[in-house]
Amino acid sequence: MTDVVGAASAATATIPDAPRSLWSDAWSTLRQNRAAMTAAIVLGTLVLFVLLGPALSDYRFDKPNWDEIAVPPMTGGHLFGTDSLGRDLYTRTLMGGRMSLLVGIVSTLVSLIIGIAYGATAGFLGGRVDRVMMRIVDILYALPFMFLVILLMVLFGRNIVLIFVAIGAINWLDMARIVRGQTLGLKQREFIEAARVSGVKSGRIILRHIVPNLLGVVVIYVTLTIPQVILVESFLSFLGLGVQEPMTSWGVMVSDGALDMENAPWMLIFPAVFLAITLFCFNYLGDGLRDALDPRDRSGR
Amino acid sequence: MLRLIFRRLLESIPTLLILIAVTFFMMRMAPGGPFDSEKRLAPEVEANLRAAYHLDEPLVQQFGRYLLNLARGDFGPSFQYRDRTVTELIASGFPVSLQLGGFAMLIAVFGGVALGSLAALRQNKPTDYTTMAVAMTGISVPNFVLAPLLVLVFAVYLGWLPAGGLGEASFLEGGWKNLVLPVLTLALTQVAYIARLTRGSMIEVLRSNYIRTARAQGLSTLTILLRHALKPAIIPVVSYLGPATAGLITGSVVIETIFGLPGLGRYFVTGALNRDYTLVLGIVVFYGALIILFNFLVDLAYGWLDPRSRE
Repeated sequence: MTDVVGAASAATATIPDAPRSLWSDAWSTLRQNRAAMTAAIVLGTLVLFVLLGPALSDYRFDKPNWDEIAVPPMTGGHLFGTDSLGRDLYTRTLMGGRMSLLVGIVSTLVSLIIGIAYGATAGFLGGRVDRVMMRIVDILYALPFMFLVILLMVLFGRNIVLIFVAIGAINWLDMARIVRGQTLGLKQREFIEAARVSGVKSGRIILRHIVPNLLGVVVIYVTLTIPQVILVESFLSFLGLGVQEPMTSWGVMVSDGALDMENAPWMLIFPAVFLAITLFCFNYLGDGLRDALDPRDRSGR
Repeated sequence: MLRLIFRRLLESIPTLLILIAVTFFMMRMAPGGPFDSEKRLAPEVEANLRAAYHLDEPLVQQFGRYLLNLARGDFGPSFQYRDRTVTELIASGFPVSLQLGGFAMLIAVFGGVALGSLAALRQNKPTDYTTMAVAMTGISVPNFVLAPLLVLVFAVYLGWLPAGGLGEASFLEGGWKNLVLPVLTLALTQVAYIARLTRGSMIEVLRSNYIRTARAQGLSTLTILLRHALKPAIIPVVSYLGPATAGLITGSVVIETIFGLPGLGRYFVTGALNRDYTLVLGIVVFYGALIILFNFLVDLAYGWLDPRSRE
């Protein structure tokens, strides 16, 4: 009798004080991942700089100064020097970052919304609907999408909304596949069955019960998609098809800088380094999140 | 086997049709046309030109005509290069792009698998961390950033390699030098991706029981790796080859522009800018078909590597 009581109290002693959710578990794993935490801190700092920096700077990013053309870094009050029109490169790098990050986040959201809606619907309804919907995704997968995006930008001019939509529209396929796979698994679980038995409609089940449970995958995917999208935007800008003057992005700046790199390498190096660091941090953070939130898939892509 | 090939061929038809239709109508809906040049053409001349290229017919009829010609293997005449057909242009540009992409693919697969296996063998040791950090850099540094930097170092400062162009010399007599920088920049991203993939799967394979058995039998690490671990470990790499091809083709657009190589990617960009309808369509269809074909080959390879995936 005493034995039983003793065993019971021993068992209670080992139970942690609070139930640990997926998220608190993930947080503690993530905190131990030094690379991911460093990446998160660097990204946070970067975002802060990009948001506040231009306002605090003594120079405007779009104001040419014909007396200070291509000034090297650290001279005349220009931390990063100036570009070929005498504009302060530090302010421009921060403004370019604002645009690159904005495109990254907005386009990712576009692809996220399409992808979740499509994937969750296909996975939840299943059967023939699922087959047809996924067949369409397969067909779209085989299209050389970058070519279509380039065409779109060439043909319909460079407008920023089009950039968001075009890039978002090519990225939703992966999301749709991932979400569908997850939904197929979730669908079998008891709480979904319970909701169905109590007469909740399909649309509502998807919205209230399926989507919230997809958040873990979604968070991983978002951190890994943002750098891809930033890359696509800078790729378009490099071809001269992205953001337009006087607005700038890192891709535009790299492209401009490459023209003058023999005489003024700083025009290439600063935006290139910022771009690379940002992509680097997002990728490390995404990897860390994947290890933390989805322990089954540690194998890379 | 024959039935499988036949089914895949049938399945690729709707994909290609969608691709052609989207590209065709998107180009035609765009403002501007192939005859907008600096000096305006006389209205009669332009009308004659439009009639000669069948641009005056209803769009749907033009689309039908294009499909019919395409079925006969005729991509039509180019608008931009007046005396050449699109077929000729593709025939002249593709060898350049194929050389570029082919070498880049070889480097990506062999380099990536080798680096990834090395990192897996030394898991959580300095070699592993260094390799993976380098791979992450490869993914994070865009090729259009890397390309100018490499040109700056190897062409401008050191003068070892030409900065661009194809050069006059044949491939073996020094022409290869023109390809070194473009191929390396194009391959780097894919090397990085494949290295990461290989590392992940190789770690799992090395943990499995049959590898432990092989070790217990006293086989050398190299033998274990090449004879036993490699085949299962490269399965994810093989399934990544489809996206990798697409990535290489996209990358070649930038690389060919930067290095001034007369390949299909450059034709595509100039063609789109000049509203060269047939040239752009031709390249999109050609590359679309190529990607579909490649995905098919990858699926076949997959079945050979992973018998479980056969039905």
